[in-house]
Amino acid sequence: MATKEEIKARKTDIGPPHYERFLHPIIKENYGQWQYHEILRPGVMMHVSESGAKLYTVRAASPRLISTDFIRAICRLADKYCDGYLRFTSRNNIEFLLKNEANIDPLIADLKAEGTLVGGTGRSISNIVHTQGWVHCHSSATDASGLVKVVMDELANHFTEMDMPHKLRIAVACCLNMCGAVHCSDIALLGVHRTPPRIDHEKLPNLCEIPSTVASCPNAAVRPTFIDGKKSVEVDEDRCMYCGNCYTVCPAMPIADPLNDGVSIWVGGKVSNARSAPMFTKLAIPYLPNNPPRWPEVTEAVKNIVEVYVKNARSYERMGEWIGRVGWPEFFKLTGIKFTKYHIDDFKYAGTTYRRTTQMRGV
Amino acid sequence: MSDSKTPLLDELEKGPWPSFVKEIKKAARTSRKAKDLLGQLELSYKDKKTHWKHGGIVGVRGYGGGIIGRFSDVPEEFPGAAHFHTVRVNQPSGWFYTTDALRQLCDIWDKYGSGLTNMHGSTGDTVFLGAGSDELEDIFTELSKAEWDLGGSGSDVRTPSCCVGPARCEFACYDTLALTYDLTMAYQDELHRPLFPYKWKFKMAGCPNDCVASIARADFSIIGTWRDEIRIDQAAVAEYAEKGLDIQSDAIRRCPTRCMKWDGNTLKINDHQCTRCMHCINVMPKALRPGTDTGAVILIGAKAPIVQGAILSSVLVPFMKIEPPYEELKDLIEKIWEFWDEHGVARERIGELIQRVGLGNFLEAIDIEPSPQMITQPRDNPYIFYEEYYAEEKEGGEA
Ligand code: HEM
Ligand code: HEM
Ligand code: SF4
Ligand code: SF4
Ligand code: SF4
Ligand code: SF4
Repeated sequence: MATKEEIKARKTDIGPPHYERFLHPIIKENYGQWQYHEILRPGVMMHVSESGAKLYTVRAASPRLISTDFIRAICRLADKYCDGYLRFTSRNNIEFLLKNEANIDPLIADLKAEGTLVGGTGRSISNIVHTQGWVHCHSSATDASGLVKVVMDELANHFTEMDMPHKLRIAVACCLNMCGAVHCSDIALLGVHRTPPRIDHEKLPNLCEIPSTVASCPNAAVRPTFIDGKKSVEVDEDRCMYCGNCYTVCPAMPIADPLNDGVSIWVGGKVSNARSAPMFTKLAIPYLPNNPPRWPEVTEAVKNIVEVYVKNARSYERMGEWIGRVGWPEFFKLTGIKFTKYHIDDFKYAGTTYRRTTQMRGV
Repeated sequence: MSDSKTPLLDELEKGPWPSFVKEIKKAARTSRKAKDLLGQLELSYKDKKTHWKHGGIVGVRGYGGGIIGRFSDVPEEFPGAAHFHTVRVNQPSGWFYTTDALRQLCDIWDKYGSGLTNMHGSTGDTVFLGAGSDELEDIFTELSKAEWDLGGSGSDVRTPSCCVGPARCEFACYDTLALTYDLTMAYQDELHRPLFPYKWKFKMAGCPNDCVASIARADFSIIGTWRDEIRIDQAAVAEYAEKGLDIQSDAIRRCPTRCMKWDGNTLKINDHQCTRCMHCINVMPKALRPGTDTGAVILIGAKAPIVQGAILSSVLVPFMKIEPPYEELKDLIEKIWEFWDEHGVARERIGELIQRVGLGNFLEAIDIEPSPQMITQPRDNPYIFYEEYYAEEKEGGEA
């Protein structure tokens, strides 16, 4: 146990260790001097420096939620093949940094034995960025790790091969807070609550502070009230957008609803500025049920969208660029997804999305 | 039939993609916490709902952020998961590690926590999942001894993060790792002690490919670019063509400004028209490179939907040189914070505040000249709030 003195003496505000301590000597020597790269095969890159030095990278999948055992295992591989250096990517992949080309094959063989896959480069589907879900969040409308697992099981061959028209980025968030940019992905799975929180008027006065509970609602849907003479709150259900913030502050307002919670699917977003400007994802499927452990409705729907994209998009067209070219009527027709009133925006400035020209396809 | 206690989760051990359930089970061999997490998660799979509640602020002495409280709503059944807090550890720039450093983190975490981590959380931190309330001070003390620090949470500067940048990417137009480290160190107080109206995220991307999604996720996005000419190696272009790249359809016709020409021998780019989108460079990295007069576009205001809707970052400074000690950049940041402090309401991200007051007024407040690069088009409505107009001249007086 840390003693009071130890806590007092503790150094704070020291920041992270300086990154230079963790750079492979080849990287240090060629920092900022990289001239070009080639993808030698899926998951394997070669970066060539102006000095002629070559650095090889092997990219491997990770489930992001990993044990220290797993970290120790990849450390053993990095010691064996990479002089003890490795990194993680912005999509939670692991990158092994090699000086010696001859180490690539044995490393890949060991990685396979460790139960992971090598890929995620170039025109592939890379690892899914995701949030906590039932593993660790109180406002989740679905699980995130489980969805990632079942969707990537289905699409793993597009991670290990570069057989897509272009990169395809998938993201999962377990509620509207969207901790992690699902709103700009080629395909986004978003957990949705569809009913307002239920209030336990018995427990609420003891568990929750009324003013902070009222203040927690971003939409001012929570109001103070009296129930049987006792202070409590009420929810204006027309204003509630099912975000769960009130539950964060007040445990007597649970929002999870096993019967109604589920998954919505969004498509056509991107963050890169290449060719077209970054775009938001747009609604493809408003609701699919939570059907754990393998969410067959969701995996089926994602697979369908991916297949239609692969079949119809041109080379170097991201999902949103392809849909931009052929138009949304064509997207709904080709995927067979039903278009409903929920697809039509009715939030602020909704009118900007109405078609105000006679030009359209697919009538 | 097996007598497994987790028949639903066991289904997620099958299939080619690496399994997080296997990871939880590995940790559960030695950790009661991980074992009870597994049990509680199985219950969630059965009930189709979360079994976590928030309901409490936890933290460590001296800091307002860095720890996220998490409590089980079924603690009697799963006492090991009763307190299962998140410790955000500030990751090194670019997520580079040595195996020694990773093992050091693992040793600390095995001693106190569940043995489960996220490498990494979406903000960028190294995330430890499952710390008990009584262990937080110990964990931080050990981390601090080993020269690690906590990241941000709450209404503060969230842990800055960046792409791999010049460490391994030839496209990097400035040093993303150095800037990330510098800003992280410069704003330690703002990172550890939440005093802002709401969260503030910095993300550094070395070029417009934006591999850290800064334009979608950062309140302040610093995206590398250049303002001179794309460097062309004609021999390498010819080599791509020989090897079968269809330069006409894959590069020329996909160029958004149609500013390139290829006659079979020479590639020409009208750099004046080029919007520096990166596409042609992405297609032929061996032949094309960004120019050498490099810097960054500064964009502001991205956020997820809650409350007023999702916003992408928008251009604030069309071009800025990014060189240590980054004074121009820091002056700008601090001016914005001052404005936000004064005018922002609780839980209002900077992007929402700018929409509320108008970009024009915001620019005026932070002393930036408006420029047409900041918009896609001028306004198309006539509701202009004129601030200057002529008054009838008063007798003998000024206008
Ligand atoms: C050929 C051109 C490109 C190169 C050399 C390149 C390089 C890289 C590098 C080095 C990373 C690792 C970044 C990190 O973790 O810090 C990365 C990741 C990523 N890049 Fe790019 N990038 C290119 C084009 C693009 C484009 C055009 C997009 C989007 C349309 C994009 C989206 C991403 C994403 C989403 C990641 C995370 C991938 C992962 O971790 O598996 N990149 N890229
Ligand atoms: C106001 C509503 C929000 C609440 C109540 C909330 C709550 C949470 C919670 C409970 C976590 C999980 C922490 C853990 O268990 O480890 C989390 C993580 C996170 N949040 Fe939020 N969040 C909110 C809004 C947002 C928004 C708007 C963003 C982005 C702009 C965001 C970004 C993140 C990120 C990046 C993480 C880390 C997620 C991960 O890597 O798994 N949050 N948030
Ligand atoms: S998206 Fe929602 S449920 Fe998921 S981690 Fe963020 S706040 Fe929690
Ligand atoms: S769920 Fe969100 S919108 Fe609904 S009452 Fe609670 S805080 Fe308000
Ligand atoms: S954002 Fe640009 S510089 Fe950074 S890793 Fe991606 S391609 Fe390279
Ligand atoms: S960077 Fe983009 S706009 Fe510029 S020449 Fe290349 S493809 Fe065209």
